Amino acid sequence: MTDKAEAKNPDTVTIEVDGVEMEARKGSMLIEATDDADIHVPRFCYHRKLSIAANCRMCLVDVEKAPKPLPACATPVADGMKVHTRSERALKAQKGVMEFLLINHPLDCPICDQGGECELQDLALGYGRGVSRFSERKRAVKDENLGPLIATEMTRCIHCTRCVRFLDEVAGFRELGGMGRGEHTEISTYVGAGVHSEMSGNIIDLCPVGALTSKPYRFSARAWELLSHPSISPHDCVGSNLLIHHVRGQIKRVVPQENEAINECWLPDRDRFGYEGVYSTERLQSPLVRDRNGHWQVVDWEVALEAAAEHLQGLVRREGADALGTLISPNATLEEMYLAGQLTRALGSSNIDARLREVDFSDQDRRSVFPALGIELEALENVEAALLVGAEPRWDAPIVNHRLRKAAKRGGAVMALHYRAQQLNYGLAEERVAGPAAMVQELAAVARALLDLSGDEAPEGFDNLLNGQGVEDVHRSMAKRLRESARAAVVLGPGAQAHPRAAALRMLGSLIASLAQARFGVLTDGANQAGAWLAGAVPHRRLGGVAEQTPGLDAAAMLKEPRRGYLLLGVEPEFDCWDGAAALAAMNKAQSVVCLTPFVTETMRAYADVLLPVGTFGETAGTYVNAEGRWQSFPGVAQPVAEARPAWKVLRVLGNVLELDGFDYDAPDAIADAVERGCSDKSASTAVEWQAPGQAGRESEGLARIGLVPIYGGDPLVRRAESLQQTWQGRDQKVRLGPGVAGSLGVEGDGRVRVRQGEKTVEMVVAIDAAIADGAVWIPSGVSETAGLGPMFGPVSVEPL
Amino acid sequence: MSEQRLSERVLTPEQRKHIDHWLAKFPPEGKRSAVIPALHVAQDGNGGYLTAELMDAVADYIGVSPVAVYEVATFYSMFDTQPVGRHKVNVCTNIACMLMGSDDIVAHCEQRLGIKLGETTPDNRITLKVEEECLAACSSGPMMVVDGHYHTHLTPEKVDEILDNLE
Repeated sequence: MTDKAEAKNPDTVTIEVDGVEMEARKGSMLIEATDDADIHVPRFCYHRKLSIAANCRMCLVDVEKAPKPLPACATPVADGMKVHTRSERALKAQKGVMEFLLINHPLDCPICDQGGECELQDLALGYGRGVSRFSERKRAVKDENLGPLIATEMTRCIHCTRCVRFLDEVAGFRELGGMGRGEHTEISTYVGAGVHSEMSGNIIDLCPVGALTSKPYRFSARAWELLSHPSISPHDCVGSNLLIHHVRGQIKRVVPQENEAINECWLPDRDRFGYEGVYSTERLQSPLVRDRNGHWQVVDWEVALEAAAEHLQGLVRREGADALGTLISPNATLEEMYLAGQLTRALGSSNIDARLREVDFSDQDRRSVFPALGIELEALENVEAALLVGAEPRWDAPIVNHRLRKAAKRGGAVMALHYRAQQLNYGLAEERVAGPAAMVQELAAVARALLDLSGDEAPEGFDNLLNGQGVEDVHRSMAKRLRESARAAVVLGPGAQAHPRAAALRMLGSLIASLAQARFGVLTDGANQAGAWLAGAVPHRRLGGVAEQTPGLDAAAMLKEPRRGYLLLGVEPEFDCWDGAAALAAMNKAQSVVCLTPFVTETMRAYADVLLPVGTFGETAGTYVNAEGRWQSFPGVAQPVAEARPAWKVLRVLGNVLELDGFDYDAPDAIADAVERGCSDKSASTAVEWQAPGQAGRESEGLARIGLVPIYGGDPLVRRAESLQQTWQGRDQKVRLGPGVAGSLGVEGDGRVRVRQGEKTVEMVVAIDAAIADGAVWIPSGVSETAGLGPMFGPVSVEPL
Repeated sequence: MSEQRLSERVLTPEQRKHIDHWLAKFPPEGKRSAVIPALHVAQDGNGGYLTAELMDAVADYIGVSPVAVYEVATFYSMFDTQPVGRHKVNVCTNIACMLMGSDDIVAHCEQRLGIKLGETTPDNRITLKVEEECLAACSSGPMMVVDGHYHTHLTPEKVDEILDNLE
């Protein structure tokens, strides 16, 4: 081998662009090389995350020895290639393409929402002619209603097909297509079906022109008026990076902020349109205090904080500190959680919790410092096998699903054990549908199959979990795939955390992972459950995961044994707690309820004594810890609505009014620093130590509720995001049951039924859904239709009306 | 018992067998290649045009997304997505035929049938189709295709004879 050949990197070729020599990866396209070298080549259809279409022709460049200009997006680099991006031939080609693109494009920039941030407008400035030579008729295209999120003006479409390719390749459903041909080509669903993907908003960003724009944002601001600030999504444990676009402190829209390790350049609709809830008519405008006669009085902050302090102090004085319970939204910031924890503990109570949608805390002392996914989001897309237990990744965390989908497309085996068949945008390698009562033993059967494979002895008491469940082919196959994969993961979703025997599920998940040498972790409810554990907003751990000497009551116990007083931070108990009915009853019975809340409802007015308006998404600075254990801080960007103040400030002043120590912070980063100093162990270890389980209790007979939270029901903000609520995922709240159960109950599809849980009843529309596990019924929680019903899991009865 | 598949409800067993014949010609990863022949099968069984339901059924049967089938059906002028007459007449108007006088042939057809291009006679006998592309008989223009059969070197008299013989 000669020296020269040795020196040359075998993976790259040398090309020359505009006289500059550069290395380019073998097999890459010219446009990737020019992009890497910061040489701008105009383009519309090319997008580095999508397949190459080469249909806009805007990126034509002049390649020496080629008979005609070549599209840079579809021309592979070759050694010795000489390219001119600005030569006369290149410019002439680009200008020619631009002239054709503008032939049918309307000159309506002044009334187009894209104006000012339009790729066509920008490039027309550089490559367009001042005056059109086209004097024939322009075409017009009829608009199509794609749903409540995306506005269309299809006459503006230049057929780059980015939206078509995104929906097919990334979102996973081919919802749009290019209909017709030639001049009659239209991007359309053809049948008016609309676009339903939970990632649909990304086509707004992808559209290089004003054909697809944001419906909620439409005509409310101009691109050049907007200020852009980074923030973090408050809706799931992924912590998608985003940009808040605002005008004078009012949030106008949200777009993704690229972060390859988290959300890439995408943003799920929940994170994109959730901001609409910020300006809900239910925002609490000013502090309210209930006077002696039970009437609500609008007061100023000073009076309100005095009243709140009086309620809390009076309660502790009269009833003892244990009478106080603090419930914090898992979407609260790390700073808010820390201060709420400090405040509650300083008052003498350890009854504080953010794990509102859980009920089995029996393993909490054996768990790691904070609940985590146990695998980096980026690594998820390279798993060879993944077992999802009680998880619906599309609805729980769309970005996690996006990564898993990539894994599946690369040949990874994604497998699911859940209460209903998954509606995924990729195929599952194995799937088991089991009712809540069978969940533990089904997972135990997978562990049993692994034990059989490894020859290890079952840990003590294992058979109590197996409960006589036989090992079937599906269990064996799941076990085999996990064991034989070098990169495997076992992930428990919110549906497993909320299970009445969640501790057993976690222990089994951990056992399976250790037997299969896989990663183990959980997808938690809310954006900052991990932060709650780290900041001491859990009853059994103080700051940094230090064990509490005398643990307080957990979220479920605080409601089961009602407290005399509560401090609520961003919580709507009837929607956000595991047992909504018990939670609401506890609030109504309590003597003192102090709410720090962005929103106010009649329900809240009925039980609360002091209502303090606090800032929500965008209005407060803070930190979220995502499922990977990644700390992400964000600034307060928007002006809090009316009298609302960031909750960390309210808690800080409340601490001062109560004359407690450690409430002298004057900025959220000082609080975050204090929390960080207190967290010596920030590693995301996730294993749960085995503890011999006892005999399983007898499962109650009859129909079992599956009360999971739909994608747009998880938190007070998203529940008020109107456009999301109008999507099919938001609207379609029905009682769902399998045909077998429907037959035995005598209910028919689309009929109305009465659901009875404990003493509560609601009436709802029913849907026959073969996906639901036998013996169980899907009755979502977190939605108005079922507000006030009891536990997420438990016996329920359904009767036709 | 799950609901009957759309393709089984909408396509007859003979039609499905016919589509199977085409599917067998392609490797499994290339099964979308059978969309065009399958659409012909569906169209022929439905008086010469396709409904959304038929296209959905084809998509379901072949295992591609409905949108991919709509794209094909709307792209090719040999597929109709609106009701048509019993006979389809396509006059080529591309450049070679145009030079040989196809405009006059079109005008003659329109006058003779009393309809414009793209319309169907009131008695539902003939649809005069808008032809988008060259029909590949440039050496013999002007020409037209009637129900798949080529007629070349057209004159008004020849057109009359052809049209009059369509029942």
